[in-house]
Order: sequence, then structure tokens, then C-alpha cells
Amino acid sequence: MTIIEETSSVPTPRSGDSDTTPLLEVRDLHVEFHTRDGVAKAVNGVNYSVSSGETLAVLGESGSGKSVTAQAIMGILDMPPGSIPQGQILYRGQDMLTMSYEERRKIRGRKIAMIFQDALSSLNPVLSVGYQLGEMYRVHEGLSRKAAKAKAIELMERVNIPAAKARVNDYPHQFSGGMRQRIMIAMALALEPDLIIADEPTTALDVTVQAQVMDLLADLQREFNMGLILITHDLGVVADVADKIAVMYAGRIVETAPVHELYKRPAHPYTRGLLDSIPRLDQKGQELYAIKGLPPNLLKIPAGCAFNPRCPKAQDICRTDVPVLDPVTEQDGTELPGRGSACHFWKETIHG
Amino acid sequence: MGRYVIRRLLQMIPVFIGATLLIFLMVNVMGDPIAGLCGERQCDPATAAQLRSQFGLDKPVWQQYATYMGHVFTGDFGTAFNGQKVTELMGTAFPITIRLTIVAIVFEIIIGITLGVITGLRRGRPVDSGVLLLTLVVISVPTFVTGLIVQLLLGVKWNVISPSVSTAAPLGELIVPGLVLASVSLAYVTRLTRTSIAENNRSDYVRTAIAKGLPRHRVITRHLLRNSLIPVITFIGTDIGALMGGAIVTERIFNIHGVGYQLYQGILRQNTQTVVGFVTILVIIFLLANLLVDVLYAVLDPRIRYA
Repeated sequence: MTIIEETSSVPTPRSGDSDTTPLLEVRDLHVEFHTRDGVAKAVNGVNYSVSSGETLAVLGESGSGKSVTAQAIMGILDMPPGSIPQGQILYRGQDMLTMSYEERRKIRGRKIAMIFQDALSSLNPVLSVGYQLGEMYRVHEGLSRKAAKAKAIELMERVNIPAAKARVNDYPHQFSGGMRQRIMIAMALALEPDLIIADEPTTALDVTVQAQVMDLLADLQREFNMGLILITHDLGVVADVADKIAVMYAGRIVETAPVHELYKRPAHPYTRGLLDSIPRLDQKGQELYAIKGLPPNLLKIPAGCAFNPRCPKAQDICRTDVPVLDPVTEQDGTELPGRGSACHFWKETIHG
Repeated sequence: MGRYVIRRLLQMIPVFIGATLLIFLMVNVMGDPIAGLCGERQCDPATAAQLRSQFGLDKPVWQQYATYMGHVFTGDFGTAFNGQKVTELMGTAFPITIRLTIVAIVFEIIIGITLGVITGLRRGRPVDSGVLLLTLVVISVPTFVTGLIVQLLLGVKWNVISPSVSTAAPLGELIVPGLVLASVSLAYVTRLTRTSIAENNRSDYVRTAIAKGLPRHRVITRHLLRNSLIPVITFIGTDIGALMGGAIVTERIFNIHGVGYQLYQGILRQNTQTVVGFVTILVIIFLLANLLVDVLYAVLDPRIRYA
């Protein structure tokens, strides 16, 4: 089980929100999937929090539980086979897991919105984008069909879609990949929510469009002072926009840190491995580092630290004891705010 | 779209000619049409020869076919065994069968799709298994068995309906026969809808719709159902043609004087004109229903565009 000691001691959000309770707080969340082969433990005690105007990047390989955590927050997990045996998801101090279906529905889209990875399959192929955007206003605000369409055009202009008026009746397949992702962003933004969860928003796009979409997202976030949870496995994307980072492995958070600290001095061998596997121009011609082995099978997570079979620094204790997320300090004991590492040897990793 | 429809209509011409020729030849192989005219007795050779030349049956088959088609295009479908004009026969038979088909299609749509949606959303639960088993039973039992049992129970034993439909065949009397006629297709529609709903229910856009905070019923009706109904509509469309021609068994059981009944009589009396005439119209209906399905396809799914 991993615990972030002091969630409020993370770096102050960009806009200096004075609210003491964070916008969203995930406490000791567990998610399991009951399959024919056994119980897959996708999330094993995740803690994180986001305040208004703050960007939290959740980093991890496929299957590390980052998307499942997000789906649990949105309440769009397939249950069954999924289940949440323990944990809390607090939105402005209220546990969403104990709310009724209707209460949660009213938060979805209006207060917490989500941007999905693949905009082509995530948009309904048989409904026009104007209809799908306008639906937000029609359902949540009771606007007429005509007023909703006008709002939809406004939204499309806001995310820089050219000739919005002419294209409002077009269907998703008639747009390019970048434009479709803009429509997804527009849909999430429609009701100016407090928090946006972006699940790998740029994975399906080419590099030039990736930068445009990320810039747009960052601009809009600043404009509306929203909280943003950015789920990604792209370390380059994170460095530009995030305030703090949570690195996930096998359903746990293995390291938390303010964004630039993490890049300078990782305190977990897994994070170090991730950083070392980024191609660098000054190391041209050398062999690129890769973390050995494969992500663990969630049906049979290794005993002790889940990373131990792949870790170059693994000792006997790593195979028996599960490391907790300890606060990371300087060599002289000075506290490093917001930093934590779930490694028995974090001292050696960061200072060694 | 307009050009597409015209092209499709033009494509119907060779299909139409081929289908009619095939039926014409098959009826010819069935036996001597003159033999049926004299009833049970053997025909007198002189009379037979006279009748043969009168009907043009002494000419080669292709010539007979050409003459027949020439008549058809002027609206003359010939005369039936009882001296009635085939067109008159059609005038009384088709409205009855169309009524019966409409009843059957309405049952398919309402019951089939509703059951399909319910089971698709509750896959693996008792409701799902129960309905699935029921559809399997309905599909595996032939229509004449279902029809006769229903007639026996409802019509004879419990007297809920009259066992045979009157000549006028009003809508009220066609409800039970319509249900019998629809039963097998209804089971298929249920299964098709179920699979389609269950598959699309896991799709990304349904997840998006839920994440947008839409109420459950709106997610189902606006987002899930519209996508899931595309294959179902294809099936129902082609079924219109099949039901109209395939009502022979049901019409026989409930003594409905529709297309199936007339076709049966035509075959029994070896009356070429009746059989070919009715089948020709059925072929046209089938082709038009298919065209309608393809057009509807484009309306339902904007990704399909005909040029």
C-alpha cells in the first residue's frame, strides 16, 4: 500500500488557489477485475490529489493502472467485471463512490470531464459533431436544439477549428485526426468543468499536431483555471505542461515529485530507467537504454516490490517487503516538498 | 444518391428477366398444363390439341416466354384456372398478404428489438439466458408446427380466436396468424439485436456518452440503439420479401386467401399464368425492399455515401 504523507504540501498551484481542500483527492483506491483466470489487481492503493489550476501528470507503462484510476474517478468502469473493494474518491471533500447514480451523473461532464485517447472511436460515428457538442448543453442546461447548435459553433471556434459554422453538421469521419481531438477537447470544455482528465490525448496524433493540441489544452486550462490530470507515457509531453508527476507501476504510485525535480534527480530505479530510455542527441551512436523484462502480470504481481524482477538494484528485501511511499529528503535531512519514493533504496538512487 | 437509385433500378431489369424466365421454365417442366384443365379425367386428344394451339402451347418455349412477357408489359397477366383474370386475383390476394406482412413486421420490430435490447444489456443474466433459449426453441420448431399448435389451442380448445380467417381477412383476425408468421424472424431479430447491442455497449463512443453525463435512457436510445440497428434493419428489409412469398404455410393453416394460397392453388392446377404472374410481382417487391434497405443504410450511417 502506498501513501502520500502530506497531500497538501505539494507545490502551490499556478494560480494560487487558497482553498485548503483539494479539488479532487484519491485515497487508497483499489480496483480489481474479476476474470476467468482470477482476480486482476489493476490498482492497488493509489493516492493523489489535484487542485484548481494545477496539472498532475500520471506516468506509466500500459497496464500500470493509470487509465483505470481515471475511469474509476469518472465512474465509467465496467462493473462487473471491475470492482472497487476499497478507497475513496473525494470531489471537493465529498466521496463520489458513495453517491447515487444520478448524483454522479450530474458531476460527470459538468464538473469533471474526460478527454479520450482515440477521438475517432470515441465520437459517435452516426451523429454530427454539432449534435454531439450541443448535447452537453441540451442535457445539462436544458437549452433548445437551436441554441445548443449556436453554442457548439462557439465551442468549435474556441478550439480553433476553421470554418466552424460550415462544419458543425459534419460527421467525425470527415475531420482530420487533430481536428477530431480538438472536438473531443471542446466537448470536455463545454460546461467549463473544474477538472479535466486527459487520457493520453495526443497518443494517436502525429508529432506536429501533438504539440498544437497540448498547447491548446494548456492555454484553455490556464484560461479557465481548471485542474488537469494528464495521463501519458510520453515524458516529453509532461515536462512542458505538468506541475507535478506521479509515476505508476503495477497499480501503485512508485514516485511523486514536482516536475523538474523528477527529471533532475529521480528517486526510484523505475523512473531512472524511464528517463534513461529517452533518446538524446548528445548520446548519438550509443546504444539506447531499455528497461529489461516485461510489465508484471496483474493476476500474479511479484511479491515484495512489483518492480524487483526488472530492477538492476534489487536486493533480497525487495523480493519480500513491499516498499511504502516514503517522503524523500536531502542528504542532510532537509525535506523536499512533494517528493516521495516507494523504493527501499531511494537514498542510494537519488544521492548515489 | 439519385443517380445511385436510378442505377439500382436499371440493374433490376436483368434480374427481373432472369427470374421470370427461370420460373417460366420451371413451371413448364412441372408437367402438361392442359392435363390440369380437364380435371380428374384424361383429356380427349383432339380437345387437348385444340386447347394447346389456342393457348400457344404448341410453339417453342422461348416464343411462349416472349409472348407472355409482351402481355405482362401491357398489364395482361392472363387468366387463372377458374377463368378469373390473374390481375383480379392479385387485386384481392395482395392486400390481404400485405396486411399479414405488416402485422408480422410490426411484431418483429416491437417484440424482437425490445427483447434484443433487454438481453443485450443484461448479457449473461437469467433474462438473457431465458430469452436465448426461447428463441432457439422458436427457430428450431418449423412454422407449420407452431401454427397448428396455436390454431389448436387458441382456436379450437380455448376458443380465443376463430380457427380460420374469413375471406375479407380484417386486421383483427390476422394478429395471431401474423405472430405465427413472424415467429422465426422475430427470434432472429432478437438474437441479431442482442449481439449488436452487446458489442456496441462496450464501444468507446458509448463510454464517451456516459462520461458526458447523459442519462441512461439517452445513452441507449440516441447513442447505442442507432448504431446497433443498422444490421437489424437490413435483416427486416430483406424479410419483407421473404414474408410475403413465404406466407404459404401460414396462409394454408389459417385459410387466408392471400398470395400464398393463390400460389398454392396455381401450382396444384399447373396454371402457368397464376404462378409466373404472382412470382413476378414477388420478385419486384423483393428487389424494391432491398433497394429501400440500401437507401436506409445511407440514411442511418453517414459514413456510407452512394455516388
